[in-house]
Amino acid sequence: MTKLKPWISLSGIGMFAVVLLAVAPLVLTDHWLTNLGKYCCWAIAAVGIGLAWGRGGMLVMGQGVFFALGAYAMAMHLTLETAGDRVPGFMVLYDPLAPLPAFWEPFRSAGFTLLAIVLLPVIAAGILGYALFKRRVKGAYFAILTQALAVALATLISSTIRETGGDTGLSDFKLFFGFVLNDPANKVMVYLIAAGLLIVCLLAVWQFYRSRFGELLVATRDAEERVRFLGYDPANIKLVAFVVSALMASIGGAMFVPIVGIITPAEIGAAASILMIAGVAFGGRASLFGPALGAMAVGWGQSSLGSTWPDGWTYILGLLFVVVILLLPNGLSSLPARFTGWTRRSPAEQPAPAFDAAELEEVRS
Amino acid sequence: MFTTSKRLRALVATGAIGTTMALVLAGCGARASDDTAGAGSSAAASCVDTSGDTIKLGFLNSLTGGMAISEKTVSNVLHMAADEINTSGGILGKKIQYVQEDGATDWPTFAEKTEKLLTQDCVGAIFGGWTSSSRKAVKPVVEKLNGLFFYPVQYEGLEASPNIYYTGATTNQQIIPAMDFLASKGVKTLFLAGSDYVFPRTANAIIKLYAAKLGIKIVGEEYVPLDKDDWTSQVAKIVAAKPDFIFNTINGSSNVGFIKAYYDAGLTPAKTPIISVSIAEEEAPAMGHAVTGNYASWNYFQSLKTDTNPKFIQSWKAYPNSSGVTSDPMEAAYISLYLYKELVEAAGSFDVNAVNAAAKSKTITFDAPEGKVSLNGTNHHISKPGHIGQINANNQFDIVWASDKFIEPDPYLEGYDWFPADIRKQLAGAAG
Repeated sequence: MTKLKPWISLSGIGMFAVVLLAVAPLVLTDHWLTNLGKYCCWAIAAVGIGLAWGRGGMLVMGQGVFFALGAYAMAMHLTLETAGDRVPGFMVLYDPLAPLPAFWEPFRSAGFTLLAIVLLPVIAAGILGYALFKRRVKGAYFAILTQALAVALATLISSTIRETGGDTGLSDFKLFFGFVLNDPANKVMVYLIAAGLLIVCLLAVWQFYRSRFGELLVATRDAEERVRFLGYDPANIKLVAFVVSALMASIGGAMFVPIVGIITPAEIGAAASILMIAGVAFGGRASLFGPALGAMAVGWGQSSLGSTWPDGWTYILGLLFVVVILLLPNGLSSLPARFTGWTRRSPAEQPAPAFDAAELEEVRS
Repeated sequence: MFTTSKRLRALVATGAIGTTMALVLAGCGARASDDTAGAGSSAAASCVDTSGDTIKLGFLNSLTGGMAISEKTVSNVLHMAADEINTSGGILGKKIQYVQEDGATDWPTFAEKTEKLLTQDCVGAIFGGWTSSSRKAVKPVVEKLNGLFFYPVQYEGLEASPNIYYTGATTNQQIIPAMDFLASKGVKTLFLAGSDYVFPRTANAIIKLYAAKLGIKIVGEEYVPLDKDDWTSQVAKIVAAKPDFIFNTINGSSNVGFIKAYYDAGLTPAKTPIISVSIAEEEAPAMGHAVTGNYASWNYFQSLKTDTNPKFIQSWKAYPNSSGVTSDPMEAAYISLYLYKELVEAAGSFDVNAVNAAAKSKTITFDAPEGKVSLNGTNHHISKPGHIGQINANNQFDIVWASDKFIEPDPYLEGYDWFPADIRKQLAGAAG
């Protein structure tokens, strides 16, 4: 199996790290640094989607669920930190005399919150993945199921206005683990944590892709039955990739909150989950950098093109999506190889179509 | 299990280095104990450019998404007001140059664009927003950057930010007059129907408190999400509860579904009338004859007879892309730009602190289409007349009730003994 030489990928990650951690804070204005931080959060989730979908073949259309777990855990902690001993203001509005809901209490603790950001998605994805993969649920059924979960969670949050802030969401955070969020230096710090976490996630998947696990994952994606005949349990392999991708979505969500300063159900629902997928497909789902760069490009397009041409931007996005899928099924990151051929792509980076004919046949039968 | 421990160690080490580097690089920010958490205190100096003969202002309205249908009108009337002010000499002699941004009916986008307008475009003030959710997304950003935001829509009150001016009604200028009207009609039972978000929930909490005082019994309370139009099962509950009146705090297109379900269930204004706080001249035509005969509580109606209203209606009808009818929220948006002009000229400066100081020390008034409104410099709301209109066959409103004088704004309901003092205290100090 041919592979990119490790130093090419590593130096790529290194360059990416230098640009994000050193160059960007020096050259960008506060506004664009905040925006870049937001794109980094989506990119962290996108790296996970690349792992699950690009390498694992699982079309995870509901990553908003795990994004929400991290985001709301963080938002609840920051809300309580800002409110101090009082019940948060939005709760007082709806039912002035009721106490803080019991499930909010543990989020007063910074340690519990950080633990929750890591453990909640792992447990949720673990249970969900175990139930689905052991029953061999895959393809369209898996995609629809994850998507439905995102819709359900967004609806649940919207309708529990006193417990979660509902449609308005949670906002107006003043403190971040003791740091004053308004302070410009602290905004840079929060950005650097998000950018640093993105680099860590890239390193983690780079390591995954090089490992035997990465090869097994690709093998499972391309020929699940054969992997089973060889004595491996594909369910376990997929479960690990799914759980890791959920964890990354949760980390992205957690950092989204202090950077953007607000979280609402619209950011985690069906449309938001699909936009995460769109960035990954756009960049190249099976490549190392494609998902992250694609997610950042879509984020940038939303801020800048959406601002100059509000009515047209969604059409541009749709058109780009169609063009990329038709002409470059492996995303924009496959463009250099297509024209020059100087980098030899490994088969791992060339995923089968999201739904191939055989799979659809299997679904029908 | 698949990686060798050596690789794992290298990975953990790199990760740790990266994170530590990030933390160290920026470990110089203020902590909570440094006592700099006050609003606006740590904001960077304003970058508003007042050296030329123009002043930049930001308009932030949802031009796409679910609220676009309402907010495009607000955006359009702001453009009209800017053109009018520019024709008559500008603000402090400077022509308005506006930057229009799309809030996209997405609350984080409102926060992002507010930051962009204040730090990238360096606008003197921002005008717009519609839903309370959008205002709550903008509020922390303008407070942090010490900017100005003019919010033109009636809302649930219980807020008074030093960086926001509220030109729509607060609770005691719309909800309480509506309740007084119901009491004067001898209403004994009331059903509450609303969209599921912050405004209806809070408004209904206040309505319940006041209803208890007035001796009106609440016989039901139903909510449907903003983006859902099906009210059939909720209306069935109204039919069963047989209330004297329905208090409607539904917002946006969901009203169309509600009125349809109301009509289909055989409910009529003669037996079970509705009083709405979000159906105006703009929205009524979409509901057809089913809505005729029902009531709405606003401060401004197109049918209002004031000295300034005919000219306002005429200008609006002649303005490109106008909807042809005037309504309360767009009139409040029209007021907001003129109020800013009055404030800046009273202060003699575009500086936010100078403007806020002028609001406190000077009397700021404007001859609005609804009458001569005056600004309360402490809570940043304006005085307004209360009106109840009944929808006629032309989708206009016949005014059936008016407050005897302009109602002074009281966002925290301090003049109302039925509103519990401890809630007010909790709210005033609470964040979030």
